[in-house]
Amino acid sequence: MATAEIDAPVNALDAFRAQAREWLAEHFKPELKGKDNSMSAVEGPNNDTPEQAAWKKAIGDKGWSVPTWPAEYGGGGLGKAEARVLQEEMARVGAWNPMGGSMGVMMFGPTLLEYGSEEQKREHIPPIVRGEIRWCQGYSEPGAGSDLASLQMFAEDHGDHYVVNGQKTWTSGGQWADKCFALVRTDKSKKHEGITFLLIDMDSPGVETKPIQLISGSSPFCETFFTDVKVPKANRVGAEGQGWTIGKRLLQHERNSLGGGGSSAARLFAGTPLSVLAKKYVGEDSEGRIADAELRTRIVKHEMDLRAFALTLRRVQNEAKSNQGPSAATSIMKNVGARIMQERSELLIEIRGMAGLGWEGEGFDEDALKDTRHWLFGKAVSIYGGSTEIQNNVIAKRILGMLDHQ
Amino acid sequence: MAVLTEEQTMLRDMAREWADNESPVTAFRKMRDAAPAALFDAAAWQAQAEMGWAGILVPEAHGGVEMGFVTLGAVIEQLGRTLTATPLAATAAATSAIVLGGSDAQKAEWLPKIATGEVIATLAIDEGPRFDPAKMGTVTSGGKISGTKEFVAEGDSAQLFIVAAADGLYLVSGDEGVTRSTRHMADSRSHAQVIFEGAPAEKLGDADLLGKVTDRATAAACAEMLGMAEAAFAQTNDYLKTRVQFGQPLASFQALQHRMAKMFTELELMRSAVEGALEAIDGGRPDVPASVSLAKAVAGDTLRLVSSEMVQLHGGIGMTDEHDAGFYLKRARVLETQWGNAAWHRERFARLAGY
Repeated sequence: MATAEIDAPVNALDAFRAQAREWLAEHFKPELKGKDNSMSAVEGPNNDTPEQAAWKKAIGDKGWSVPTWPAEYGGGGLGKAEARVLQEEMARVGAWNPMGGSMGVMMFGPTLLEYGSEEQKREHIPPIVRGEIRWCQGYSEPGAGSDLASLQMFAEDHGDHYVVNGQKTWTSGGQWADKCFALVRTDKSKKHEGITFLLIDMDSPGVETKPIQLISGSSPFCETFFTDVKVPKANRVGAEGQGWTIGKRLLQHERNSLGGGGSSAARLFAGTPLSVLAKKYVGEDSEGRIADAELRTRIVKHEMDLRAFALTLRRVQNEAKSNQGPSAATSIMKNVGARIMQERSELLIEIRGMAGLGWEGEGFDEDALKDTRHWLFGKAVSIYGGSTEIQNNVIAKRILGMLDHQ
Repeated sequence: MAVLTEEQTMLRDMAREWADNESPVTAFRKMRDAAPAALFDAAAWQAQAEMGWAGILVPEAHGGVEMGFVTLGAVIEQLGRTLTATPLAATAAATSAIVLGGSDAQKAEWLPKIATGEVIATLAIDEGPRFDPAKMGTVTSGGKISGTKEFVAEGDSAQLFIVAAADGLYLVSGDEGVTRSTRHMADSRSHAQVIFEGAPAEKLGDADLLGKVTDRATAAACAEMLGMAEAAFAQTNDYLKTRVQFGQPLASFQALQHRMAKMFTELELMRSAVEGALEAIDGGRPDVPASVSLAKAVAGDTLRLVSSEMVQLHGGIGMTDEHDAGFYLKRARVLETQWGNAAWHRERFARLAGY
């Protein structure tokens, strides 16, 4: 992968840049700028405008929704250096990736490319590239959260197929998904080695989803029930008992994306600066500082934490580009990202006083209402995808080489 | 790790190897026990000068290699790991003052001697126990400078002082009108009181030079703090893996694992902030003050955490003079305080960012 970056001569990259520019000019209409329908990847194409749908089709057919995936499965087939050029060109005209936030692109696709059979890759990768199929994740169960390997949903061997019974929970977008990648138990006598990775059609008879209403009022997750669901053995990824290995690899993709790539740090910097908001609500002292000195100190500490995080994101990216190998700092990203996001939400509420706790309707700023919901939903960030405590176990064991407890 | 050039990487690796093999913490312990008048390790300083480290900031025309602060930081970080006691950081800070503000004649006079290690130079800024560059009682008149400087790093041995007066910086060399008094501090390093009474002084640079120079001195201190924090953390991690209590290594207890994970997390942020400041200086960027204050505040908080935890997690052995933990703890607090503590730099950052 890295060799592509070194080998590609500069003039070849320039040629590619010209090509990308031309293609974008043809397919990404200026009026689409800022019209990113980010929920489309999760909730389905139903609410896309015709222009959004056309852009989605164009970039999907070209494979540039996943620039570095192999072209034989519909991906862009670009080297790292070319992909970076494409990213720059897209950013230049404000082009967004309609598939960028989908579970298929972020988690399942990379895992299937690594572990799937040739047939599975040919069947499942192209629709992910084109954003035609929405995937959901069947991992957690009511009795298996942080201790995921204790999952109980059972797949019974019936010759050419399995019969699956059990319940999954926290299924993101389960109510809209076409397919589910799930960890199931095929052997009750072993813990980790008894787990298998299965692909299940959500419209199979016996699959039922029930949205879970969260403290934020939204319902992005479902409980999903499986009753005597038939799953062909051709839909098993890897061997029986290999599910834990495959499933963990997928979690790494998930944590890297949750850790907040550059985009989430950029989002934290966006919006009204806390200094402006605080001076508006709390007032200024005679020297023009935020009047509440104690609050001011906490806001500044938070701001500095955020800057150090942004510098760390940049360092990780630079180190990756320079082929020093993955930085140890990647392991801290999810925890620090969650901490900063949650602190910021708490500060936004505290600064506004009662006006920061509005739920809906008249009498509140639109931004403030969004921040209330964001604050509440944000409590999930340190829980999902491996809680802060689990991440600390990972750091202690994998990075520091500390020993297994218990 | 910042992305370094091949040349920078070589120098960093050389410094690391040298520190590990030629200047381990036992060398610092020897220096402390011997307590030479200069309060630094003369043999180590000579070796560093021979390797050309005193000239890292000096332009090639004056006998140095002019490699900048990222390089200087990478070297000082390695020395911080083993608590190497030499006047490298103090001399480098003074060097930056001459490079940035010196006349051609001043550069030609001092930089070649600094590059070879012949001259130890330092900044004489503080007039009280807390960093306060806005309050300068030192005055000049007719080419003579008078004032009392406190806690001057390497003040026991420096031949060249960059002295802050109310109207800017001055160069003072020689012993005429200069009185030094050793201050024995917890870190066993040199922090002398230096009184200038009508000492001959030459103006150096413009009025805004002071801030630039203290930012550079602060960044160098941050690099030393980074190395110390890394080493204190690594030693604590090793200890937890070998120390057995209740029939199992301490490293198997989750309460301790999570404290280590927390420290590791803060250390990664500290590295980013410190390297960010060094890069801002080399890039000549306008956000040097904010970047340096960010680095010093994060470095101060993190080193305080790691050096305190080093003692606590080592238990009783960490309380003994025989163990190295105390050395890290004592030097940590000095560096946390020098050039403004975390609170001072948060306040400066806050003002710069409009809070």
